[in-house]
Amino acid sequence: MNWIGRSLPRLEDPSLLRGHGSYVADRIGKAASVRFVRSPLASGAITGIEIPPGATVFTGRDLSDVKPIQPILHRPDYIAIGQPVLPVDRVAFCGQAIAVVVAEDAALAEDIADQVFVDIDTTDAIVDLDTALAPGAAPVHPEAPSNVLVEGRMRTAGFDRAFADAAEIVALDLRSHRQSAAPMEGRGGLAEYDGVSGRVTLTASVQMPHMLRTGIADALGMPESELRVIAPDVGGGFGQKMSLFPEYIVLVWLARKLKRSVAWIEDRRENFTASAHGRDQAFSLRGAFAKDGRLLGLEADLRSNVGAFSCYPVTCGVEPLMALAELPGPYDLGEYGVRSRGVTTNTCMMAPYRGVSRPMLTFSMERLMEVAAKRLGIDAVEIRRRNLIGTFPHRSPTGLVYDEGSYLQAMETAVKAINLPAFRARQTALRKRNRHLGVGLSVFSERTGYGTPAYAARGMDIVPGYEIVDCTMDPSGNVVLRIGSSPHGQGLKTSLAQLVGDELGIEPQRIRVVSGDTDATPYGWGTFASRSMVIAGGASKLAAGQVAGKLKAIAAHLMEASPDDITLENGLARVSNSNRTTEIGALARAAYHQSHKFKGLSPGLHESAVYDPGGTFSNACHVAIVEVDIETGGVRIERFLVVEDAGVLINPMIVDGQIAGGVAQGIANALFEEMIYDENGNLLTASFADYLLPTSAEIPEIEITHMETVSPESVTKAKGVGEGGAIGAPAAVVNAIVDALSPFGIELFELPATPQRIREQLRKAGVSVHG
Amino acid sequence: MASKRDVNLTINGASHAVSIEPRRTLADVLRDDCGLTGTHLGCEHGVCGACTVLVDGRPVRSCLMFGVQAEGKTIRTVEGLADGDTLHPLQQAFWENHGLQCGFCTPGFLMLAAGALEENPEMSDNEIKDVLSSNLCRCTGYQNIVKAVRIAARELRARPRA
Repeated sequence: MNWIGRSLPRLEDPSLLRGHGSYVADRIGKAASVRFVRSPLASGAITGIEIPPGATVFTGRDLSDVKPIQPILHRPDYIAIGQPVLPVDRVAFCGQAIAVVVAEDAALAEDIADQVFVDIDTTDAIVDLDTALAPGAAPVHPEAPSNVLVEGRMRTAGFDRAFADAAEIVALDLRSHRQSAAPMEGRGGLAEYDGVSGRVTLTASVQMPHMLRTGIADALGMPESELRVIAPDVGGGFGQKMSLFPEYIVLVWLARKLKRSVAWIEDRRENFTASAHGRDQAFSLRGAFAKDGRLLGLEADLRSNVGAFSCYPVTCGVEPLMALAELPGPYDLGEYGVRSRGVTTNTCMMAPYRGVSRPMLTFSMERLMEVAAKRLGIDAVEIRRRNLIGTFPHRSPTGLVYDEGSYLQAMETAVKAINLPAFRARQTALRKRNRHLGVGLSVFSERTGYGTPAYAARGMDIVPGYEIVDCTMDPSGNVVLRIGSSPHGQGLKTSLAQLVGDELGIEPQRIRVVSGDTDATPYGWGTFASRSMVIAGGASKLAAGQVAGKLKAIAAHLMEASPDDITLENGLARVSNSNRTTEIGALARAAYHQSHKFKGLSPGLHESAVYDPGGTFSNACHVAIVEVDIETGGVRIERFLVVEDAGVLINPMIVDGQIAGGVAQGIANALFEEMIYDENGNLLTASFADYLLPTSAEIPEIEITHMETVSPESVTKAKGVGEGGAIGAPAAVVNAIVDALSPFGIELFELPATPQRIREQLRKAGVSVHG
Repeated sequence: MASKRDVNLTINGASHAVSIEPRRTLADVLRDDCGLTGTHLGCEHGVCGACTVLVDGRPVRSCLMFGVQAEGKTIRTVEGLADGDTLHPLQQAFWENHGLQCGFCTPGFLMLAAGALEENPEMSDNEIKDVLSSNLCRCTGYQNIVKAVRIAARELRARPRA
């Protein structure tokens, strides 16, 4: 019986479906309620804080012993900025927590917070990239006079030559506006104080519980052994919940100070204003193309608005340095010259959000290919054909090594599936009836499952990457798998149970996966960067393989055979080519209770393994077919196809769910979602009425086809797949819009392509809405 | 702070007597006073629909209704959807068709769909997709939710009427 490759319904689901999920807000019980008083202004000096009499309120002065959050990159071009957990002297963005209220219930805490008056001597806010980088701009932080917190540069040796040899140089300015990950559950934490041991248990809606424990312990100067962090059911994260936020440090401080349990559940406005954002980027590209369409060289000036502070542990380098390293994407680029800057402003902090830079860099490269194809008179598919990488391993100009993929084949499969000639005929016919359909393509790579070497190369002080997994089979033959990864909706427990089920020859239902509890799991790095299936999966396979080896040795002893002749399947150990079998449960019992019989084997069935891979690239081609209403600028997506290569699929249904969900967020990035600040740094889109998430009415059925390239870089043969949908979709959708509007000669270089932006271009092109 | 009012609610067939502030939302009453935490709060301004429950059979955003307004009304939440150990056809279809990932929006979608299908068991596929656009999900991209509700609708129609 093979469990890998089956669309097994998820083991996680029955409790969630019954309303018995256990999210942090469901656990707060009688804990006191915590409410943060937040800055109503983006920039200024705090001159006074008035606290209503009798209220329990703490300010930065009370927390003066708490260390600021200050993540480090060991690079000469990085300026470390400390984020005070509660500021004493000045505020740096609108929504920053300034004081904390503790009261008996949430409504009362909110009432008191409304009565705390913070006197701020306001100064001009620096909000956008252009203002921050303008000569003579005021610094957001005195430590960074130019407002640049991190800057990476590189230039290959033959760069100038490539531009001298170019037949066509295509220069583009591209823009991606700010987005929020907007998980349906916001952040929240419950800090429980144990009066006997003095320990605190922080239950929080987070993606990286061990890192949170380290970060909080460091900030408070306490041993990690006095803190337990639990990530219970978590209502989505998409990167937003992987950073250390001041609120969690304050909660643990309060529990220790007040010697009681306290809880903070943020509201949606707090999530929008004060958690983390992403995607606020401006890229200027110059592509040097040969006459035949080959991209000889690329020059890039990449600016990322990283907000007021640097996110812990990955730092504000995450977007700019990812953009620098991965801009060439799936293309065989010869020469590369790049400058990438992380720019600080008086806005909410940037942190990883599903895709990290790659939605923007894919959008940029795919727009570049389309514009170059038009200028050179080459078909848009053909120009990609001439530039996609095809020999592996491939080394990019930035030193990344791409393992085996199917870049070209995925694109050809997608193009064939949509039947391009038939679409063109239909497009032409409908244009005569003033209906405007277009098709758009996006080809990209998704770097997944990378271990410590990739993070060390960035110069990170805290180097994540490996995973440790403990696999224990108990005397009844059931398994507990303890992982440091921390899934929050991805169905990882089911996928790992399938993987380990095959390794041990037992049903997935007999495997219990324990995650998200620092007291019960080995130190690990949680769930982010499309890593868990590859890395936690790899460590699980290795650990389970060691248990399987022991079971086979015991079986061989009991059945008088060679361990090499033993197979584990359907709950039985079998001697090959015979009908001699023993139940795996009986072997497990023997391992614990008859251990004296098995010379050379340690008692019991408890194994641990580490996996720390170099990384593996998934790849995909997305195709969107859209219809644009030229009167309103509205876009309807008629079809959306994905041809994806993520190696071997452990649970195809779960993989498809990851892709479809990612594409929906990518469509949102392409058409709808935009965090807008006014010039004073006030967030204008702090509700779901202003920040528009797509609904079932806007998202089409996503048609998914899989390819399967087996890579030696992943022991499970699975590649990561969590981010690809969000990475590829914006480029495909916007390319399709541009194709639809090609009779009007319109180009779009900005995300999202809202009706207003499309109408603006149509107006500029002189398109009459009544024509 | 206003004084508390005594209110009697009927939730999933059981009677609950609670003493609540008039400003307390039905969602908070269900979660904090009645211990029914399956109803989730995603935005508290009536857009996301995670807090959807049935009030006298109709889907309602429980974050937009005060607890005191529910006096004498019949309320159903996700905890009352299954029949003992047997999942409701909607729950079963969500499970089999991967209609949930993180599960946070799921109770709201289940109650929205349950209410809509009880009101109109003959909803077309397009009407189902349209109704489901009332609520937000961030994980699934919706297609498996829509598929699950369509399958459950067929299953419910095929059942003998009680």
